[in-house]
Amino acid sequence: MTDPRPLRWLLIGLALAFLTLFVGLPVISVFVEAFRNGAGAYWAAVSDPDTISAIKLTLLTAGISVPLNVIFGIAASWVISKYRFPGKSTLLTLIDLPFSVSPVIAGLIFVLLLGARGVFGPWVEAHDLHIIFAPPGIILATTFITFPFVAREVLPIMQELGSDEEEQALTLGARGWQILLKVTLPKVRWGILYGVILCNARAMGEFGAVSVVSGHIRGQTNTVPLQVEILYNEYNLSGAFAVASILTILALATLVAKKLIEMRIKTR
Amino acid sequence: MPGFGLSLGTTLVYLSLIVLVPLAGLVWKSASLSGHEFARAVLSPRALAAYRLSFGASAIAASINLLFGVVIAWVLARYRFPGRALVDALVDLPFALPTAVAGIALTALYAENGWLGQYLEPHGFKVAFAPAGVVVAMIFVGLPFVVRTVQPVLVDLDVHMEEAAATLGASRLTTLRRVILPAVMPAASTGFALAFARAVGEYGSVVFISGNMPGKTEIVPLLIVTKLEQFDYAGATAIALVMLLASFALLFVINALQKRLER
Repeated sequence: MTDPRPLRWLLIGLALAFLTLFVGLPVISVFVEAFRNGAGAYWAAVSDPDTISAIKLTLLTAGISVPLNVIFGIAASWVISKYRFPGKSTLLTLIDLPFSVSPVIAGLIFVLLLGARGVFGPWVEAHDLHIIFAPPGIILATTFITFPFVAREVLPIMQELGSDEEEQALTLGARGWQILLKVTLPKVRWGILYGVILCNARAMGEFGAVSVVSGHIRGQTNTVPLQVEILYNEYNLSGAFAVASILTILALATLVAKKLIEMRIKTR
Repeated sequence: MPGFGLSLGTTLVYLSLIVLVPLAGLVWKSASLSGHEFARAVLSPRALAAYRLSFGASAIAASINLLFGVVIAWVLARYRFPGRALVDALVDLPFALPTAVAGIALTALYAENGWLGQYLEPHGFKVAFAPAGVVVAMIFVGLPFVVRTVQPVLVDLDVHMEEAAATLGASRLTTLRRVILPAVMPAASTGFALAFARAVGEYGSVVFISGNMPGKTEIVPLLIVTKLEQFDYAGATAIALVMLLASFALLFVINALQKRLER
């Protein structure tokens, strides 16, 4: 049943206006503000040594927390989709837990655990480890925040595709690892890639949790989002938006990749 | 199937190390506070004002997202129009765009001399550095939730049911009220709860636009950060525990709603 034409145009108009106001305009404004003082100023902000070291720390953080969450995501999806065991629904809820915790609290718990006055603070200090206000704390907090991303995407696909092929491989004498590497992972590879892309976007863009554990030491414990904040608070607006534009391009690339994978999964 | 022990072991050890032990640390730390200390931090006028703002603004933002989210979901599920794929992709942008970027972009738009602020402020609508700014940032971060929960339900909703209702003499409005709304309600309320939960915990996009005036535009997550920066660990821990319990309660509600949705 089709809606009358005026109603259709009214609703499309409302949807477009709302999205333009709350999503379109902010994105456009990032690029306009970034180039307000010309391409020279843009390049100066983006190639500043502090920005470069922030980019390196962001890459390092994502480079560690994303693979960790991939391994976990595959293990958790495997155990939940292939076996029945008591406490399975509790496990599912616990995996989702980081989604419902405020990023600030995600940072705070690591300060309370590993900071100078934390539960394990004396132990950390005795071993001369630098975790809080140092890169390891940033990586831990980011891993917490992005914890469910891969598992959430891989699990439903593994459940949907079932275990028939795995069972055939088993009867043919394949070992557990062979089944995982040769049968299961190829089956769910698009799901893993999908999870990796979402996980990576969040890992590189996380602000609240990282802000609490970082200590904001320039050139050392600043990730790209924190660098945006520092420049902004120094009233270097075009610099802040220039660095923000890198993250915006990453977000747009993430959406394009996500769309491509969705099309790929749909056509199969 | 082999590998039960290994995969369950990996899952549980990793889950404990990254999520459970750190969260338990927060509970452990707050247990060492005296009741008096705890109450003073949690019930201070400044904290009460922050709860009011955080939960109030989240409720307003989630309601606006509910209304427009259902409209956007309807348009995407039912209509074909040029640019539809772009609109569909735009909906996910708040998931992908780092919150700090959203925060400074929204602030620039709504500031006194910004693209939108220059028209709003002369008419008395102050958005940046006012409670309305908090709502705007929360609308941004919560936008995808209602759309993405309601859209699949509308796609699956049998158009024949609507046609049957129309053939039986139901007006368009009656069909909407009797057929479409009941089908959409569970998904819409799940989306509302998800958007609300996300907004309550949000930090990055809000701190830039809110102005952070204690008692006026200070949200709870910011109050926790402020306490931490002043080395008031007891205060930060106590307020964080209240927030954590609130988000667990929300998670419980969301799980119950989702169970109903799956039935």
